This record gives sequence, C-alpha cells and structure tokens, in this order.
Amino acid sequence: MPPNLQAALYGILALLVAGTVIIGLKKWLRPGAGDHELWLRMRSWWIMAGLFVLAIAVDRALSIVFFALVSFLALKEYFSIIPTRRADRRVLFWAYAAIPVQYFWVYDAWFGLFIIFIPVYLFLFIPLKMVIVGETQGFLKAAGTLHWGLMTTVFSLSHAAFLLALPDAKNPAAGSAGLLLFLVFLTQFNDVMQFVWGKLAGRRKVIPKVSPGKTVAGFVGGIATTTLVAWLAAPYLTPLTGWQPIAAGLIIGIGGFVGDVTISAIKRDLGIKDSGSLIPGHGGILDRVDSLTYTAPLFFHFVYYLHY
Amino acid sequence: MSRALQALFFLLIVRPFLALVLGVNLRHADRLPQTGPAILAANHNSHLDTLLLMSLYPMAKLHRVRPVAAADYFLKNRVIAWFALTIMHILPLSRRPRKASTPQPSPEKGGHPEGHKGANEMPKPANEKPLAHIEAALAAGDILILFPEGSRGEPERRSALKSGIAHLMADAPTVPVVPIYLRGLGKALPKGEWLPVPFFADGWVGEPLSWQGDRAATMRLLEARFAELEQEGKAPAWE
Repeated sequence: MPPNLQAALYGILALLVAGTVIIGLKKWLRPGAGDHELWLRMRSWWIMAGLFVLAIAVDRALSIVFFALVSFLALKEYFSIIPTRRADRRVLFWAYAAIPVQYFWVYDAWFGLFIIFIPVYLFLFIPLKMVIVGETQGFLKAAGTLHWGLMTTVFSLSHAAFLLALPDAKNPAAGSAGLLLFLVFLTQFNDVMQFVWGKLAGRRKVIPKVSPGKTVAGFVGGIATTTLVAWLAAPYLTPLTGWQPIAAGLIIGIGGFVGDVTISAIKRDLGIKDSGSLIPGHGGILDRVDSLTYTAPLFFHFVYYLHY
Repeated sequence: MSRALQALFFLLIVRPFLALVLGVNLRHADRLPQTGPAILAANHNSHLDTLLLMSLYPMAKLHRVRPVAAADYFLKNRVIAWFALTIMHILPLSRRPRKASTPQPSPEKGGHPEGHKGANEMPKPANEKPLAHIEAALAAGDILILFPEGSRGEPERRSALKSGIAHLMADAPTVPVVPIYLRGLGKALPKGEWLPVPFFADGWVGEPLSWQGDRAATMRLLEARFAELEQEGKAPAWE
C-alpha cells in the first residue's frame, strides 16, 4: 500500500477516535436525550469505516465486491420502500441481475460498456420485460421508478468503484485507491460536517419543504470545511493540482448535499422517516449512501476529464 | 442426528439467505417469548414466514421452536415429508375441521381416508384427538409457530383468521399467544412462485394474549391485535 494511503487511513482512525471521545465526553458532561442515538451512530461509523478500509486494504477485486454489495443492499432497500407492482416481481429480479454485470465491467475496466450498460441497455431491456409480462396499468410509473433506482443505486455508485479501474501510474501519490478514499472520505465527512455546523450554528432553513433539518449554516459550513480538507488532502491522495482540489471540494460538498435531499424528497413522498434500519443510528443504507449517489459520478468525471 | 441436520441447514443456508437476500427488521423484539410454552401466531404469505420466525431464535433454542403445519400439504410425498419432519421438526396438523369426526372421503377432492401416506409418522390418527401431539409439545415447553389464517392466500394481504387456534388455546388456557404481523415475504416468495426476489422483510411483534373464556371473544381479541399491528406497519397495497 502506498505510504500516503497508509497515512490517510491513520488519519481516519484518529478522526474516529476523536469522534468517539467527543461523544463520550458529551454523554458524561452534558447528558441528553439524543446520546444513545449518537452513540449508535458512532459505533456504526466504526463498523462501516472498518469494512471499507478492510476492502481497499486487501485488494481491488474485494473493493469492487464491496461496492457491488452496497449497490445490492441499496437497490433492495429502494425496491422495498417504493410501491412496486405485483406483476413486476420477476422484472425486479432482472434489475438485481444487472448488478454483477455492471460491476464486472468495473472489474474488467471496460469503460465503454460500464458507461452505457444501465443508461442504454437496461433502459431498453426493463420495459421489454415488462411488456412481456403484459400488465399495462401503471406501466409508465413502474418503468420510471425501476430505472431511477438502477441509475441511482447501481450506475451512480459504481462510479466510485470505477476509480479503482483507473491506471495507478497516473496518480503516483497514492494510486487509484487514493482517489476512491478521497471521494468516499470527503463525501461522508461532508455529511458529518453539514450535520455538525447545522447543530452548532444552524438557524435559517435551506429547503424546509423537502428537509426541515437542513440549515444555511450547515450547508455553507459543511461545504467550506469539505473544500478546505479537500485542498489539504488532494496533494497526498490525488493527481489534482492548482485550483482543481478546490473545485473537487465544492463538487463533493454541493453534490453530497443534493444527493442527501433527493433521497429526503423520496422519503417525504412516501411518508417515511428512514429508508430502512440496516445501520443503527443512521437509518437505512440509502440514508448513508444518498450523497455518494451524486458525488461519485460527478467527482469521477471531473478527475477522468482532467487526468485520464 | 435430526437436530444436527436442522442446525446445519439453518446455519449454512437459512440464516445467510435471510441476512443477505432478505434482511429482516423486527419491531418490539422484546415481546418475543424467550421460553416456552408459547404460541407464535403469524399472518401467512410465504413459505419464508416459517424460516424467518424460526431464525428469530438463537441456534441453541432452535429445536424447541416447532412449526405447526398442514399434514395434507407437508406430508404429501416422501421427500417433502422427510424435509418437514426431519429438518423443520413440524407438528403435522390435519386441516379438516374437528366437528367432522367421521372421516368422509370426498371424491371430488380425490379424498383419501385419514391415515393414508405419511400419516403413519403422526403420533395419532387425526380423527381421534387431532391436537394431542401439539398439546404434548406445549406441555413439554416448546414454542409453537401457528398460522391462524390457515393458508398463505393472496400475497401481502391478510385473510380472515380461522378459529382452529382457539381450540388449542381452550385446551391450554394459560399459554401465551404472541401475534406477529409479517410484511414483505409475500413479495419475496409468494404462493405459486419458485424464484425468490430480494426484498426487505418487516415484522411487528404484538402483546401476548391468552384464552378469553370463549371462542368468539378469543378470536375477536386476536383479530384486533393483528389489526393494530397491521395499522402500525401500514403500507400501500401490493397490486
């Protein structure tokens, strides 16, 4: 493993320890009703960070399997919360079957198919399967919602994994895994910073109709902190130079926010608070990867255009 | 031997399958009885219901959790009967109502008299005291799984409860009956389908109840508990 990557992993470990200590101190000095929730959330961070670090530390193939699994869980959660039609039960099976195929293109570093498989071929194939089933009542809505789920949870998220398929040589600082770590860490860090800034200084709401918890201070503070950390970390983990780390920080900060509120809008539409209960303290897996569904493709294309 | 096979089946197949392909979110898990005798009464939409309910218990208690299952379905051929009795440890139940105490083989159902086929595995001929072996299991402190709707029915739709469970409750009036409302498994594997499709499953455990003195009152209470749980886990119909 490149030394920079190792150093970054130690940095994440230090942050986890710091977060745990802060929550522990808060629990001890200023006990409150939300403590247990915070504690659960912190524990889940340890588990998620542990699994992610383990995957990228072992090898590229395991990391790709890790992301395929995340896509699967996210798609399953999506199909479980949206209204699906009984007639489409087997069509959903084909949507799930697209996951291993999409991640095989990632493993094979076959960019041409990776980038069109879901937006073109699945887009054409899923309605075909639905026509064969023959149920026309609610057809358009079903075709739209099924494909939206595939685009979000499989196509978008697989961009994070495709960073690993980029040649290591173009990023001498930390290899392709450095880019992935940069993206995933900053996306999650941005989520936490938006939450923390919102708690500390949040007053005016950004989009009360969609997500009443989001404040201007959280939004601006989060983006600023994320951009600062992006600027500091970019030389060690990415090939980005000059103004580019600042732009990457803004892309991740703003993109992460949009991804978050998009899933919030869906949950509001469906009248549910959390997308699931897979991750104690966080909700479902969609609640955790919502921001990544925006940051992964945006950051990928930014880096890909500039350096590959 | 049979206990070891059951443990292996659950450890290597059922639990990984439930964890990965389904994923189960159980509300009010603290209401689940940890020791028998007790009866888990759940709505029934899928063969997966039984596997899920059995997997709620730790491996050490697995052999004490006994599904009560229709003899006409699960003992109909030797392979299924072996699986049902050896792996699932079912308590076979004759689905014919108790008042028809004289066996009347109905020709239109291709009806075979009681005692045909796998029935020799049943501790007693069904028409004598059809619940005897089930009550014996309760007396031994087992946790029974019962589907009071009687069959899986339409996926993701509750059907009326059959009063069969009341007979058992009348005979064992102190045994707690814990209603459990399940949702999602009917989407994953409905009746008549062989291909499971991944969906998250949800479960709501209700407050325990017991025999209310007469059958109608008992069934009303059980029905009310199910309606409450269904309301708590309200979701749009699956059509």
